Amino acid sequence: MIPAPFEYYKANSTDEALKLIRDFGEEAKFLAGGQSLIPMMKVRFARPTKLIDISKVQELRYISLDGDYIKIGGLTTHRELEKSSIIIEKIPVLAHCAHEIADIQIRNVGTIGGSLAHADPSADYPPVVLALNAVIVAKSIAQEREIPINDFFLEAFTAELRPDELLVEIKIPVMKPNEKAAYIKIGHPATGFSVVNCAVKITLDKEKIEKARVAFGGFVTVPYLDEKVGEFLIGKPANIDTITQASELVAEGREVIGDYYADADYRRHLAKSVFVRVMKKALEI
Amino acid sequence: MRINLKINGENYELEVEPRTLLVYAIRELAGLTGTHVGCDTSSCGACTVLIDGKAIKSCTLFAVQAQGSDITTVEGLAKDGELHPIQRSFKEKHGLQCGFCTPGMIMLACDILENETDLKEDNLRRLLKGNLCRCTGYQNIVDAISDASMVK
Ligand SMILES: Cc1cc2nc3c(=O)[nH]c(=O)nc-3n(C[C@H](O)[C@H](O)[C@H](O)COP(=O)(O)OP(=O)(O)OC[C@H]3O[C@@H](n4cnc5c(N)ncnc54)[C@H](O)[C@@H]3O)c2cc1C
Ligand code: FES
Ligand code: FES
Repeated sequence: MIPAPFEYYKANSTDEALKLIRDFGEEAKFLAGGQSLIPMMKVRFARPTKLIDISKVQELRYISLDGDYIKIGGLTTHRELEKSSIIIEKIPVLAHCAHEIADIQIRNVGTIGGSLAHADPSADYPPVVLALNAVIVAKSIAQEREIPINDFFLEAFTAELRPDELLVEIKIPVMKPNEKAAYIKIGHPATGFSVVNCAVKITLDKEKIEKARVAFGGFVTVPYLDEKVGEFLIGKPANIDTITQASELVAEGREVIGDYYADADYRRHLAKSVFVRVMKKALEI
Repeated sequence: MRINLKINGENYELEVEPRTLLVYAIRELAGLTGTHVGCDTSSCGACTVLIDGKAIKSCTLFAVQAQGSDITTVEGLAKDGELHPIQRSFKEKHGLQCGFCTPGMIMLACDILENETDLKEDNLRRLLKGNLCRCTGYQNIVDAISDASMVK
């Protein structure tokens, strides 16, 4: 399969990439790992006339600890995240999530920035970065801005990024000892993409739940933070009764995707039971 | 456009379009047909090669992007007529039947043996997720890679 023709430009730095996109406007696209864009170009769902290759912009490939945040460069690959000793130690749920993505070959090239910008509702990162309350840093020639993750996923395949903006960094608060997190995906057996996925971050005050961020993807058109479930959990004892009761509220009032592979009722049911499993995993009960 | 690719230590000067996928540059322009095209949709792993030691699917990368990197294909593994240990264990453990998936399996195995630590059977099977074999039922492939890991 052969993509439509395009002009190729290689950017060697963030500034170079931002200048190119400013000059070219919407006919150009960034090429990061290419693991979503190239397949789409091969079937001609995407036909950009200019590609700005950012895959060699080394300054956007890093993982560092800076005070209360872990900062991750937009071009960091899934495999780098899954293997990073900082991530494994400070935010193990993110290492686990990165490991769940596709296969070794895709993880060697695909990037976290590319995945988040692509905003596939069945991707692995969205519920995890939602639960972890990440901050997205986007940069254009004119400005740099921070986007809270709650405002980032707008529609299926649409994130809060302007066409001339590069996702340069993801900031994630370091987990504290009383914070517990977990992620589980039920992947489609052939494609591996999520039929349902769920991530939670629970803050404990002794035996009680002090704060809860519960996020879902896969079975809805936009990955989301389930505030009803989160609010229900607050102040309740961290036990199985609480979890079972909370599961009844999952996706309440939300439209659920149904398709050939898994209908909406099944996915809704699955989301509830995945939530129970994720909570048990996070709380180790 | 003219590009320079370093494949198995040799330089190839190739004339490509920006949209030329790496696997076509390797097979049709450089003439190294050991790397196969199975699905052409990033799923089967038959096109796996190493770029700077990391396994990638060469049907899902543009050839221009591989400039300046070290590319290794299955032809680059044997040295002085001696099979690479992974090739040898595929042979000894019957890790292939028709052989179509084999170059991809072997190149992925190179990455696994270099970069992964948990090679217990259930994990090894998970690590092979990106490569499909229509013949062997995977058992002998798993055995071959386990075997090669002992040699290493
Ligand atoms: C066979 C297969 C299986 C897969 N399975 C999974 C899976 O199980 N789970 C999962 O989550 N994903 C899966 N993926 C997708 C994979 O994770 C991709 O790596 C990811 O979605 C896109 O990252 P990329 O770096 O390859 O981006 P690209 O494909 O290069 O880009 C994707 C889009 O984002 C834009 N973009 C890229 N980087 C930036 C940036 N820094 N700033 C602004 N815009 C940017 C591009 O212009 C493009 O529009 C799979 C892919 C394949 C081919
Ligand atoms: S041909 Fe590349 S993955 Fe199948
Ligand atoms: S040996 Fe025939 S496809 Fe694997």
